[in-house]
Amino acid sequence: MIPAVLYALVGMGLFALGLFALIVHTHLLRKILAINVMASGVFLVLVALAARTRGAAPDPVPHAMVITGIVVAVSATALALALMLRVSAETGRAELPEEPLE
Amino acid sequence: MSWDTGMPLLVLASSLLPGLVIFFLPEERVVTRTTLNLAGATLKLALVGVMIWGVLYGHHYETRLPILPGLDLVLRADPLSILFVALSSILWLVTTVYAIGYLEGSPNRSRFFGFFSLCVTATVGVALAGNLITFLLFYELLTLVTYPLIVHRGTEVARRAGRTYLFYTIAGGTLLLLGTVWLYTLAGSLDFTARGFLSGLDGAHHTALVIIFVLLIGGLGVKAALIPLHGWLPQAMVAPAPVSALLHAVAVVKAGAFGIMRVVYDVYGIQFAATLGVTLPLAIVAAVTIIYGSMRALFQDDLKRRLAFSTVSQVAYIVLGIAIVGPVATIGGLVHLVHQGVMKITLFFCAGNLAETLGIHKVSEMNGVGRRMPWTMAAFTIGTFGMIGAPPLAGFISKWYLGVGALDGGQGWVVFILAGSSLLNAGYFLPILYAAWFKAPPDSWPAERSFGRRETAWALLAPPVVTALLTLAAGLLASAPFSPLQWAHFITTLEYAL
Amino acid sequence: MPWLHWGVIAIVLPLAGAMSCFLWPRRAIPLGLVTALGIVACVAGLGWQLVEQGAQRYVVGGWGAPLGIDLYADGLSLLMLMATAAVGLGVSIYSIGYFNREKARYFWPLWMFLWAALNALFLSADIFNLYVTLELLGLAAVALVALAGGAEALTGAMRYLLVSLLGSLFYLLGVALLYHSSGSVDIAILAARVESSPAVWAAVGLISAGLLLKTALFPLHFWLPSTHASAPAPVSALLSALVVKASFYILLRLWLEIFPPTSAVLGQLLALLGAAAVLWGGLQALRQTRLKMLIAYSTVAQLGYLFLAFPLASITGWTGALYMLLSHAVAKTAIFMAVGNILYFGGHDRIADLDRVVQRLPLTVTAFALAGASIMGLPPSGGFIAKWLLLEAAIRSGQWWWGGILILGGLLSAAWVFKVVGYAFTRSRAPHESRAVPVGMEWSALAMSMVAILLGLFASWPLALMEIGLPFGGKGAE
Repeated sequence: MIPAVLYALVGMGLFALGLFALIVHTHLLRKILAINVMASGVFLVLVALAARTRGAAPDPVPHAMVITGIVVAVSATALALALMLRVSAETGRAELPEEPLE
Repeated sequence: MSWDTGMPLLVLASSLLPGLVIFFLPEERVVTRTTLNLAGATLKLALVGVMIWGVLYGHHYETRLPILPGLDLVLRADPLSILFVALSSILWLVTTVYAIGYLEGSPNRSRFFGFFSLCVTATVGVALAGNLITFLLFYELLTLVTYPLIVHRGTEVARRAGRTYLFYTIAGGTLLLLGTVWLYTLAGSLDFTARGFLSGLDGAHHTALVIIFVLLIGGLGVKAALIPLHGWLPQAMVAPAPVSALLHAVAVVKAGAFGIMRVVYDVYGIQFAATLGVTLPLAIVAAVTIIYGSMRALFQDDLKRRLAFSTVSQVAYIVLGIAIVGPVATIGGLVHLVHQGVMKITLFFCAGNLAETLGIHKVSEMNGVGRRMPWTMAAFTIGTFGMIGAPPLAGFISKWYLGVGALDGGQGWVVFILAGSSLLNAGYFLPILYAAWFKAPPDSWPAERSFGRRETAWALLAPPVVTALLTLAAGLLASAPFSPLQWAHFITTLEYAL
Repeated sequence: MPWLHWGVIAIVLPLAGAMSCFLWPRRAIPLGLVTALGIVACVAGLGWQLVEQGAQRYVVGGWGAPLGIDLYADGLSLLMLMATAAVGLGVSIYSIGYFNREKARYFWPLWMFLWAALNALFLSADIFNLYVTLELLGLAAVALVALAGGAEALTGAMRYLLVSLLGSLFYLLGVALLYHSSGSVDIAILAARVESSPAVWAAVGLISAGLLLKTALFPLHFWLPSTHASAPAPVSALLSALVVKASFYILLRLWLEIFPPTSAVLGQLLALLGAAAVLWGGLQALRQTRLKMLIAYSTVAQLGYLFLAFPLASITGWTGALYMLLSHAVAKTAIFMAVGNILYFGGHDRIADLDRVVQRLPLTVTAFALAGASIMGLPPSGGFIAKWLLLEAAIRSGQWWWGGILILGGLLSAAWVFKVVGYAFTRSRAPHESRAVPVGMEWSALAMSMVAILLGLFASWPLALMEIGLPFGGKGAE
């Protein structure tokens, strides 16, 4: 159980790190990478929590969820990268403009 | 669907359907549009006639459509609704003729007459509403469809007047909505019932009922132009004369006063309202409005604005009649609903004639106009004397009943208010008459249009003459079987269970 | 007919439609229209089946929960499907005239994918499938926003994508924790098993945060105005009417079924944020000089209304909020269509220069006014019915201050609706060139606004449909 809890905590940590990076960095490529790191964190949590009692086979359902999630993440990353290229082609910079002040 | 359940819908449809068709007519199709307008108005009048006949023979006209779980949309012909519907239908026909003449050659007539028809549909809906939620629905609809009429001319002034109008009426509608929902949660039903349906409620709710009363009257008082909610009315005078005539005599202002009638008589019941202690404050507000409106009217040079403040004052008579507990005062208030409508519309028609034919907008420009436009000014004179309350005109009847009713109800101070306001009415109306008939005319009028040997177009002349005659008839023939007075007697006997 | 599963067809049909539109771009429009009509028929069929037989559960592939994917349809899902179908049909007709050939070949497949994702979302019966459909929805929506091309649309799409992914990840983490604590992702099973524990509370928090970000509830609404305003008009309509409502639906469903009963505090918080959204969105809308931004801020405000129902926890409150959702979807679509027409006509959407549009686009201005009436909550309209129900629920539960927010919000909406309508009636200083608007675009806008009004006259039927399967009889309601 203990390694599983450790992995889960690492996953949470990755999630938090990715979130921080997403908010702080302005370059789009870094933001996309941050999202991917967050996603990896979530997947790690899922896999870690799949462990049941020591010795028994792990629960396959979270594994299936992770595989689905990876597929989704890959597609989303592809879209994001394509959009980023278009944005930098149109505006000359790979950054989001400042939000208009509300 | 039998005749009895379908009749109210037919009455609504007689102006709704022509209105919708008119929207799509090209501007040049004058004959088609005029035909549709007049056909719709005549049909409505005929249907109302049938309905009156039917009610006298015991038919029960009611349409019920579910709108919410537990609440229905109810259209019903009871004596009070017949009073208002009959007034609206007759005056709509007359105003349609007038509007056709007035807007001759001006742009956007299809749009105008489309909304005009919708306006009457909403008014008739208000009149036939059988419960508070149906009333609310048509009341708010009225706001929506009168707005395009006010901003019809498309100028900046019109837009700002429309904005003021909306500001007041939407706020009023909000108060009405709040009061209605709250009332529904307390009472479980909103159907209008003679003598009210709230007296059976637990005493613990009485404070809530008083607050609800204030909310409802506040919401209705905006359209009825009670102080201090009257601010929109003088500004709305920027609209064309037929619109002012319709708004003041038939539609908006009367809808507010009618609503107050419904709330006091058919939701609370006059006796219960008296025990709650809300009738005296209402009477005081009405009295203040009467005096204030008359005083402001004294200082207006613009003719339509003077008439606007006069309306503020006159509609408050109706509210005063409602607020005094006693059958005679009730009769006075009810009958003034009709009388004020007929008299005021006469005055507005005449004001429109003066503006259209001679370019006169101000009282100071009216010297000697009686010689130039005798028929118009004759109608104006009759309307004026009616407003002042001179016998044997309609206005005298209403004031008499109000005065006697006030004494009956122990509110003697009201007589002073009535007397004072009659003096003020004379003060701001008689000088106009004097100037028009007895002063020498100027060398030229501000913007004269010639109509050959006639003083003005037929379509502009006939309506005020007709309504002036109605004013005479309502007064002289007040004791005839179907006069407004007799009908008011009838309604009152139901309310007081006499 | 037990062998005909309308829900499944409702998901498969738009997928097939998307494929065929992609493979035969020349035929995209007729294919898209046929698919749209087909989906409407499916939803009607599903509705009929629900009325006859009550709530339906379909077991995909015969495997069954907890391992397989189930589809579940009750009154609540039916309502969402109906809203989607109505808006979808309208937008489809509108888009025929709106997009040129070049854009249309990409619009139709993407729009069909979006519709498939929506239908699948509303029929999902387990929280992981909801995640998948939510992601599908987000990707399709992002692509549609980017369709307009140009810097504004592309940056709007990028921002939207990042926000969407962020929200989904929060949601997924919450799902992971829920699964860990209760051993299943199926909603019905979770409803029976879930209990108050730190893991569950963390999951509730994470899921709510993710969904609130996607539903743009104040203060997480920052992304919405620029995204909705920079998209093409029919896409803005879809986003405001349907896409943000999908995440709200998930939140509602989980609230009613799974979240533990001691979430009363959370309910008050949600309503408080909703009230802030109503006021903030309304005030911001009044400050805008461009129509599309104004309408986008109005969406922020209207979404706030939906959250007022949470502390009221009564059937009247829930049905009121859902009727608000339905009416807003229809009315907002009509308004965006009207604004799209105005933009098409005059080339700009500056409010102060609307140049007597009412004379040249009478149908459009009528559509705007009627839809505006629903948004204001003036009778007769669906918005009025919703406002009435929410007011009634607020007064009955003694929390009348939420009713006050409703009233204030209505007044703020009235201010901007009539501001625009007033300008549309008056002459502007500088008349400009204009372009004739295709007939289909004007009439579809008008038709949508008429539906918004009709929702106010025939309310008892949708209200009755909503209650099939007693979705509000669960844990969150009284």
